[in-house]
Amino acid sequence: MITRFLWQGMGPGLRLFTLLVLAVGILLPLANQLLPPTSPFHVPAWVLQLIGKYLCYALLALAVDLVWGFCGILSLGHGAFFALGGYCMGMYLMRQIGSRGVYGNPLLPDFMVFLNYKQLPWFWHGFDQFWFAAIMIVLVPSVLAFALGWFAFRSRVTGVYLSIITQAMTFALMLAFFRNDMGLGGNNGMTDFKEILGFPVQADGTRAALCFASAVALALGLVISAAIVGSRFGKALTAVRDAESRMRFLGYRVEGFKLFVFVLSAAMSGVAGALYVPQVGIINPSEFAPGNSIEAVLWVAVGGRGTLIGPVIGAFLVNFGKTWLTGALPEFWLFALGALFIVVTLLLPKGIMGLWGQIRDRSQARKAQGAKSGAEKARVPA
Amino acid sequence: MFLLRSLAVLFSALASLTIAVAALAADLQSLVTNLTAGSFGDRETAIGALAASGDARAAPILEALGAGQLYVRTSDKLVVIGKPSGNQLTLTEAVSGAAAGTATESELERVRVNNRLRGIIEAAVGSLTLMSPDARVRRGAADSLFKRPEPAALGPLDAAIAGEKDARVKQAFTEARAAVVLASDATVPQKVEAIAIVRDRGDREALSVLQGAANNAREPEVKAAALAAAETVRQTLAAWEAAQNVWYGISLGSVLLLAAIGLAITFGTMGVINMAHGEMVMLGAYTTFVVQEIIRTSAPHLFDASLLIALPLAFLVAGGVGILIERGIIRFLYGRPLDTLLATWGLSLVLQQAVRSIFGSSNREVGAPSWMSGAFQVGQINVTYGRLWIVIFALIVFASLILLLRKTSLGLYMRAVTQNRPMASAVGIRTPRVDALTFGLGSGIAGLAGVALSQIDNVSPNLGQGYIIDSFMVVVFGGVGNLFGTLIGALTLGVVNKFLEPYAGAVLGKILVLVFIILFIQRRPRGLFALKGRSVE
Amino acid sequence: MRSTSALLYLSGVTVSFDGFKALNNLSLLVEPGEMRAIIGPNGAGKTTMMDVITGKTRPDEGEVVFDGKSDLTKLDEADIATLGIGRKFQKPTVFETHTVRDNLLLALSGIRSWYKLLLAAPTKAEKDRLDEILTIIRMTDQQHMLAARLSHGQKQWLEIGMLLAQDPKLLLVDEPVAGMTDVETETTAQVLREINRSHSVVVVEHDMSFVRALGVKVTVLHEGSMLAEGTLDQVSADPRVVEVYLGR
Repeated sequence: MITRFLWQGMGPGLRLFTLLVLAVGILLPLANQLLPPTSPFHVPAWVLQLIGKYLCYALLALAVDLVWGFCGILSLGHGAFFALGGYCMGMYLMRQIGSRGVYGNPLLPDFMVFLNYKQLPWFWHGFDQFWFAAIMIVLVPSVLAFALGWFAFRSRVTGVYLSIITQAMTFALMLAFFRNDMGLGGNNGMTDFKEILGFPVQADGTRAALCFASAVALALGLVISAAIVGSRFGKALTAVRDAESRMRFLGYRVEGFKLFVFVLSAAMSGVAGALYVPQVGIINPSEFAPGNSIEAVLWVAVGGRGTLIGPVIGAFLVNFGKTWLTGALPEFWLFALGALFIVVTLLLPKGIMGLWGQIRDRSQARKAQGAKSGAEKARVPA
Repeated sequence: MFLLRSLAVLFSALASLTIAVAALAADLQSLVTNLTAGSFGDRETAIGALAASGDARAAPILEALGAGQLYVRTSDKLVVIGKPSGNQLTLTEAVSGAAAGTATESELERVRVNNRLRGIIEAAVGSLTLMSPDARVRRGAADSLFKRPEPAALGPLDAAIAGEKDARVKQAFTEARAAVVLASDATVPQKVEAIAIVRDRGDREALSVLQGAANNAREPEVKAAALAAAETVRQTLAAWEAAQNVWYGISLGSVLLLAAIGLAITFGTMGVINMAHGEMVMLGAYTTFVVQEIIRTSAPHLFDASLLIALPLAFLVAGGVGILIERGIIRFLYGRPLDTLLATWGLSLVLQQAVRSIFGSSNREVGAPSWMSGAFQVGQINVTYGRLWIVIFALIVFASLILLLRKTSLGLYMRAVTQNRPMASAVGIRTPRVDALTFGLGSGIAGLAGVALSQIDNVSPNLGQGYIIDSFMVVVFGGVGNLFGTLIGALTLGVVNKFLEPYAGAVLGKILVLVFIILFIQRRPRGLFALKGRSVE
Repeated sequence: MRSTSALLYLSGVTVSFDGFKALNNLSLLVEPGEMRAIIGPNGAGKTTMMDVITGKTRPDEGEVVFDGKSDLTKLDEADIATLGIGRKFQKPTVFETHTVRDNLLLALSGIRSWYKLLLAAPTKAEKDRLDEILTIIRMTDQQHMLAARLSHGQKQWLEIGMLLAQDPKLLLVDEPVAGMTDVETETTAQVLREINRSHSVVVVEHDMSFVRALGVKVTVLHEGSMLAEGTLDQVSADPRVVEVYLGR
């Protein structure tokens, strides 16, 4: 039943795409590890890091699409879930540094020694174990999402109001995490990681493994999302998106639906954030910035909301553009980003996937026309 | 002890020599000369003589002596007061006050004093200034005696009170006298009476006098009375502090109101979430900067009017940009509020980057005109003119807006379109034009807010970002489509924020306010004063 | 709570919006198995009455009891729908991005909890029921068409079909034949009579020929309360009804 559930949602296009993602996650690390650096097909470590980062962003975009494209909740605060997952991983990595930090304290991370902490704050306990950190990575964003969603959905807060609230949530968290007395690194955040699961964070092998793990996470995200969306639940979900009160009149507990996808999507974002942190080597409060969450929404909009492939494509395209532009023409990047928002909402409401769909429909229509006129020609008497 | 004795000498000398003031005035020159010669002991006598002279001109000389600014010019033995300017000293003749050129330290010999002399000088200055012809100086003397009461000043104070015509100065003298009484060996009933006088003064200095009296009191009744009085004063001070917080809250609320009211209009009337609203405020602030730059270079005498010139310009600039946005982008996104949100966010990025490219990303100087500088006291509350004007300005803008909506035809059309767009269109209202004008109006008001904000905040491309979330909170809290709701919401949030600040700090206070609003929205999703009825859905 | 044999019991229901009384001390009884037509001029409170019954609006005063045991003033839309009250709206509110068949599937009574929906596929019994309803509403050929492509009349029928799929004890039908042709109107009357054989129905309508075709007891609402009740002929002859409908 579970396998049928998991497989039912995936059309052939989506299956192919998921396999493609997995292929990227396998081939690139292999090309880095097995091929010598002189080979033209060798993939340098920085490419692995970049692709790994993009894969994490793609997972975040997928999570946003799940609540927005399929459930109609425009969350402008998903960056907070991403950052929370990242911080949990950060805490684990900080504990792993041990006595190799600048101050050499085996228990307290450097910033705590610097701030004259005498002992580890209570919420840091347990984070020296990976399994604990892993649970927290999923649990912390989920609990926050549950709390916010429980109050918001039950009070029937929707649309723009809900979006503003999610913005306020991530903004408040950013302010809180910037405080130096929270015991979470303050405005410097956490960095200087040494090891993850015993492997040095900066080593090529670790980078390869993390890239692979990110690809696997994304693929899993795709499979789960597709399963949900393709089931009867998925049909009900899109119905909630389109006509929420009608669904209520049909007897559906709309709050339950929303809460379920919201929490699931928060957990996915948390995982994405957790995989992101060891690859970029730092986590700081600016991850909570409202702008980050809104950018994630843009990735989904560019790729095509309400599809599953769209957000992944959108995340890759926009971030690739960002990496290139901030290197080549840094001042131009913000103009381009802003213009992208405007252009996509005005001209490309269905995103790239929508465009692709239109092209396909038109070529199919033309083929049908061609067949029709061909048949007509055949009917014309000689 | 020594000090007390010298002071007793001084003040009794003063009392007995009051009549002889006129006769001694002519000797000021010789008294000053005595000041500069001899040992510290001689100097002490000379100070006493100067004090006893009662000559008002002696006061600045003694003050300069105490501050180490009294010199003797080596070349001609002229006694001068030297004020530093650069690496030189600007000189004035000690006796006459006339300008005496400049000199370096090497050309002068400082008249030296030690700490004991300084104390004596201070008391001497105090006694001299008690008799000063200038009421302000007399009050200053009374205040400094109140803060550092000397029992020996009792006699001179009594004399001063008897001869004082100015009611306020008399009150100050009475209070100083009461403080002196408490510091002296007066009887218990006298001290209790003095405690009452000090308590009625009710400010921080009174509190410390009462606390000092309570600590040093040997008689239990005095101690009890002092403690009770101190408690009363403490409560009074706490009440004033709360009032100060209310004032700060109103001030902050007026800023929020200015920033949010434009948003209330566009959101309320058109259901449009304009994430670029903060940038409209920023444009207003930068307009002010540009206006001031032009004035600075071509018409500096107009600086005090710079804000008044900037106001209509900021309105036009921001309003114009607003109309362009509406016609160019928002118009195509009606009925899609979430898409409008995203598109305007992108617009805000573009606007910020554009301003950054033109003006640079660092803060820009916007100065305050003279009528906005300075402050005054209302009871124990410190009111700055800048904040006061902003509060008044916000209320004027608000009132004008209400008038516009209620009394003009544009306002009528706007209200019609808010309540029932299809119907408004059906009765012939040109909804596209109303939309454009409404958006322009909302943005224009944001521009006005920018002019005001340039006075209290840094003018940078990021100015808008700091206000966008707060503005949304105000609008959402106060109730969409309701201007009075925005007013109440802004003031409430401002006051709540300021009351939380002392306990939680600025950042945590802000976080708490955000959390409060998030929870509030659950209870009342449509805000404090929401429009009711079926058509609002 | 009054115990009553009536299926739907309203007593003294008052609803005001900002001082305007949409419902004014309204009392109404609908017996099990009955079909009732509610008529009245615009603003009489017909739609507000439906809002109150289905839980969208909470009355300021009054009792609303369903099936002799459930106090509807304390429940929300989803709970009331689960109890067995289904509503068809004035404007057809079908799910435009879903097919006709999926619309019916969503409305199908039974599974509503999200975890069951995740894992279950439609059973044979459910598939049969869907086919049956498609036949009743005469839309078997269009079952895979997107609801957005349907004509107005077809959307109305789809909504009726969704109501059938919901299988409620009481159907509230708000202006079912608005915008329909004469032929469609006649068909709708037939469909409703068929439905009435196993469900109770309350119909709100303006179209008098339709109400006549239904041939049931009529309640006239005016300014938020009941003005008259009886057969269509009886109420048509009532001078108060004439005054309200034809003016003074």
